[in-house]
Amino acid sequence: MISITINRNISPSIKFKDNSNLRKLKNRIFKIIIIILSIITISPIVLILSKLVIKGFRQINIDFFTQVAPDTFEAMMAIASGDVIPGGIANGITGTLLIVIIASVIAIPIGVITGVYLYENQGKKYANLIRNLSDILQGVPSIVLGIIGYLWVVLRVTNGFSAFAGSVALSIMMLPLIVRSTEETMKMVPENIKEAAAALGVPYHKIILRVMIPSSFSGLLTGILLAISRVLGETAPLLLTTLGSSFINLNISKPTSAVPLLIWNFYNDPNMINLIWSSSLFLIGLVLALNLIAKRIIARREK
Amino acid sequence: MKENNLDIQNPILSIKDLSIAYVQDKYAVKNVNAEIERNAITAIMGPSGCGKSTLLRAINRMHELYPNINTKGEILLHQENIYKMDTIKLRRKIGMVFQRPNPFPTMSIYDNVIAGYKLNGVKLKKQQRDEIVEKSLQDVTLWSEVKDSLFKKGTFLSGGQQQRLCIARALAYNPEVILLDEPTSALDPIATARVEELLVELKKKYTIVLVTHNMSQAARISDNSLFMYLGELVEYGKTNVMFTNPIDSRTEAYLTGQFG
Ligand SMILES: Nc1ncnc2c1ncn2[C@@H]1O[C@H](COP(=O)(O)OP(=O)(O)O)[C@@H](O)[C@H]1O
Ligand SMILES: [Mg+2]
Repeated sequence: MISITINRNISPSIKFKDNSNLRKLKNRIFKIIIIILSIITISPIVLILSKLVIKGFRQINIDFFTQVAPDTFEAMMAIASGDVIPGGIANGITGTLLIVIIASVIAIPIGVITGVYLYENQGKKYANLIRNLSDILQGVPSIVLGIIGYLWVVLRVTNGFSAFAGSVALSIMMLPLIVRSTEETMKMVPENIKEAAAALGVPYHKIILRVMIPSSFSGLLTGILLAISRVLGETAPLLLTTLGSSFINLNISKPTSAVPLLIWNFYNDPNMINLIWSSSLFLIGLVLALNLIAKRIIARREK
Repeated sequence: MKENNLDIQNPILSIKDLSIAYVQDKYAVKNVNAEIERNAITAIMGPSGCGKSTLLRAINRMHELYPNINTKGEILLHQENIYKMDTIKLRRKIGMVFQRPNPFPTMSIYDNVIAGYKLNGVKLKKQQRDEIVEKSLQDVTLWSEVKDSLFKKGTFLSGGQQQRLCIARALAYNPEVILLDEPTSALDPIATARVEELLVELKKKYTIVLVTHNMSQAARISDNSLFMYLGELVEYGKTNVMFTNPIDSRTEAYLTGQFG
C-alpha cells in the first residue's frame, strides 16, 4: 500500500486552491436534481393510487366480491338516484383466479425445468439457443399470444372461447420470466454447496431437487410471483381467448370473465365508469398482496 | 519421486500412475504413485497451484462433476479400483471436507449432520437419527456447544464451528477415509488449533488425507507427507524424516521457505 503525506510546512510551494464553496454549490445542485428526478419517478404511482383509492373506495363492499357485474340498466338507475352501483366483480375475480392458477400450473414446472437446464448447460449451443428464444418470447406483444391462444386452443382444443385458452396464452407470457429468474437464482447458489452434496454421494437429480431448488427457493418464488403479477392485468390476450362471461364460471372449457376484461367492459359503458376505479384498485391490491406474501415467505425461510 | 524409508504394509489407498488434465494435454497432476497408510494423517503439501486439490479430489471422484477433466491411471481402495465402483458407495466410504465451511444453508444443524442420509433418501428411525447426530457432534467436540440449538440453521455458527459441523456431516456417514482440502485456511488460530486436535483424535478411527499449504500444520499433525511441485509428486515419506532430512533439493527449498 502506498500512502502519501503532504506536509504543508515542508513544501510551501504546493498551494491548495480553496474551491470548497464551488464544491458545495455543485453538491447542492446535484442533490436537488436527484430529488426532482425521484419525485418524477414516484409521482405517477402516488397519483394513480390516490386516484384509485378516492374514486374506487366507495364501490368496495361485500357485494363487490360476491355479486356478478350489474347490467347497464341497473347501473343507470343507481346513478340516477345517487346510489353506489349495485353488484360487483365476482365473475371477474373467480375467472382471474381460475385462469392464472391454470396458467401457473402450466408455466411453473416447464419454466423451472427449463431454467435449471439452462443453468446446467452454460455456454452450450442448444442452451444458448433456448435462452435466446426465451428472450425473444419475452418481447412478443401479448396480443400476439392471444392470437396464438385463439388459433391453437380456441379453434382446435376447446372448440370455442375458454378459460383454458386464456391460461395457455398467459402461461406463454409467464414462461420466459420464470426461465430467466430460475437460471439467475440457481447461479447464485454457491458451487461449494453443490459439491458438499456430491461429496455425500447424492446423485445428480437429487442434488438439483433437494439442494439447489431449496437453496434458491426464495429467488424462485419471487420470480414466479413476479410473473404472476405481470399477467394478472393482461387484457388483450384474454379478449381473444376467454372472451368474458356475465356469470361465475369454473369450467375451464367455457368462456370466462376476468377482472381486466370487466374493466374493459366498464370502460365501454358510460354508466359503469365508477366500477373501473374499484376494479383497478382491487387488481393493484392483489398484486401488492402477492408481493407482500412473497416477502413474508422469504423472511420466514431465512430465519 | 523420492521416498524416505516409508514402508506401508497394508495401504488403504493406492494411487497408481495418476495423471489429471483440466485442459487437453496440460496435466495438473502428473504420474503420481503413492500408497496411503491406514489410521494415519497423510499431508499433501506444496506451493499453491501445484495440484494438491486436484490430486485430493480424484480420490472421491469429484472431478466427474465437471465435463472435460481427463483422468488417467487408477486409485485402489482396499485393492479395488475406485473407477469401477459406484460413486455413491465410494463417497460413503470416502468423505470430504472443503476449504470453506459449507453447511447446507437451508438445513438446521441437526439436518446438516444427517444430510448424507436425508439427501440420499435413506430412512432412519428417529432414535437412530438422534444417536447419529449426538455421536457425530460429540466426535467433533461440538455437541456441548450446540445441543440446545440443534434446530437452528447451521449457517448461524461461527466459522470454526461450521467447519466442525462439516466434519461431523462427513463422519455421520461412517466413512473409512476423510479427505480435507485446507480445512483451516478460513479459520482463526484458535479454531485451527481445535480442528487440528480433532484430526489427531480422529485418526484412531479414520484414515485422514489432508491438503495443506501450511508447513507447520503438516509438521504438527501429520504422520506422512507428500510434497508436490508443478503437478509432480517430488518426495513422499515420514513427516519427521522429511522435515529434518529432505532428500530432494526442491523439498528442501520449500521447507526452508524459499518458495511457496
Ligand atoms: N477447474 C479448473 N480448470 C482449469 N484449470 C484448473 C482448474 N482447477 C485447477 N486448475 C489448474 O490446475 C493446477 C492445479 O490446481 P490445484 O490442484 O487447485 O492446486 P493447489 O490445490 O495445489 O493450489 C493449477 O495450475 C490450476 O490453475
Ligand atoms: Mg487447492
